[in-house]
Amino acid sequence: MMALAKRIVPALDVKNGRVVKGINFLNLQDIGDPVDTAIAYQNAGADELVFLDISATLEGRKTMVEMIERVSSAVFIPLTAGGGVTDLASIRAIIQAGADKVFLNSAAVANPDIIRQGAEVFGSQAIVGAIDSKWDDKLKMNRVYVSGGTKATNLETISWAKKMVQYGAGELLVTSMNTDGTQNGYDVALYQALTQAVNVPVVASGGAGKKSDFVNVFKSGHVDAALAASVFHYGKIAIPDLKESLYHEGLVIRL
Amino acid sequence: MSKENPFIAVIDYGAGNIRNVMKAIKYVGLPAKLTKDPIEILSADGLVIPGVGAYKAAMDKINERQLLVPIQKAANNGTPILGVCLGMQLLFDSSTEFGETTGFGLIPGKVVTLPQNTKFKVPQMSWNQNNVAIENALTQGIKDEFTYFVHSYYVKTDAQYIAASVDYGVQVPSIVIKDNIIGAQFHPEKSGEIGLRVWQAFANMISDKAVNV
Repeated sequence: MMALAKRIVPALDVKNGRVVKGINFLNLQDIGDPVDTAIAYQNAGADELVFLDISATLEGRKTMVEMIERVSSAVFIPLTAGGGVTDLASIRAIIQAGADKVFLNSAAVANPDIIRQGAEVFGSQAIVGAIDSKWDDKLKMNRVYVSGGTKATNLETISWAKKMVQYGAGELLVTSMNTDGTQNGYDVALYQALTQAVNVPVVASGGAGKKSDFVNVFKSGHVDAALAASVFHYGKIAIPDLKESLYHEGLVIRL
Repeated sequence: MSKENPFIAVIDYGAGNIRNVMKAIKYVGLPAKLTKDPIEILSADGLVIPGVGAYKAAMDKINERQLLVPIQKAANNGTPILGVCLGMQLLFDSSTEFGETTGFGLIPGKVVTLPQNTKFKVPQMSWNQNNVAIENALTQGIKDEFTYFVHSYYVKTDAQYIAASVDYGVQVPSIVIKDNIIGAQFHPEKSGEIGLRVWQAFANMISDKAVNV
């Protein structure tokens, strides 16, 4: 029996080497030490962890590299990191610190060749194409946003996703800005289109509020992994309980 | 005669992921030394061949650093050897990755690409469930458990060497064993508690052996 597991991926926002969760952009609440948080998630059964660096300064980013080093000495599951990564040297620093994958977002829009460079040196499996996507009602298309979702581009999400894969991205992490923060479910239609268009794993992000949202995005969106933050961080959904439910829904889950 | 301080030599051939392997070995309590020194390789109580990267580039580097002969000698001396991911593939006769490349020749078999254009994405990059065929100290901890895989090539070898495997459209050997030579296609250093069991079992093999010399 084919048993490739669907992955449950908590996302941690990191600022100056500390884990934070943005309640909103102005009011950040520190929820703890990155190593302790990562160990807790590993023990809860997280299949992978994603670290998004929201530090605004170079100094802050250096701190994240040190944080990855500490986390990977105590936590033995795949780690993905990114946020503000613009060049090969930063990719190298993050991977050498112990991350398995680095995701590229705005920098890839500005210069897609960074994906190719990263894939050439570290392999496609280490380079994740990250996309912030929002439905544009006037243009009738899903539009790619950059700079933490603050700037619209003229790129259409599905074609940009395909392009990232052509350049060498080995996985896509796609956040729907329409559903992000709503806790009303993932943007299943977007992931249906994405998973039909590309042949690399797709990670869904944005909108998880209850266990059935995960069931839907796996069963109807056909994604390989589902990322969530708040529902895990604030204990609304417990990962062991979620995985048990998904397992009973007939999905392949690592229990 | 017992040996006081067993240590594992982690072969330094410039592969990625070496430091995560070092961290895992350290975590299970054995001293690990990253080395490209033939004398150290021959005096080590265990060898680990880490691996992320391409087969040919790895073999080129190993040949350039003249590490093949000391590794083969250590293998013949009965030193436990664990190859991880690409490091496991290197244990075999050859690979077809970028033309035909000769490997260590420690286990009979060939490394070939995963079938392309099937519903199974290449590389395989996720947690997959192990079917254990040969139960022993190394495999008992992974029986029916999921471990983390990242690879585009897999090993074709005789069933007698396949201690565990996963299904990915084809049967992918996940643990191979021939006497003191062991390979793990998955990343035990990235497979959570289950993966640490594999490192622990390997560490125990080395400690036991060191005590019984």
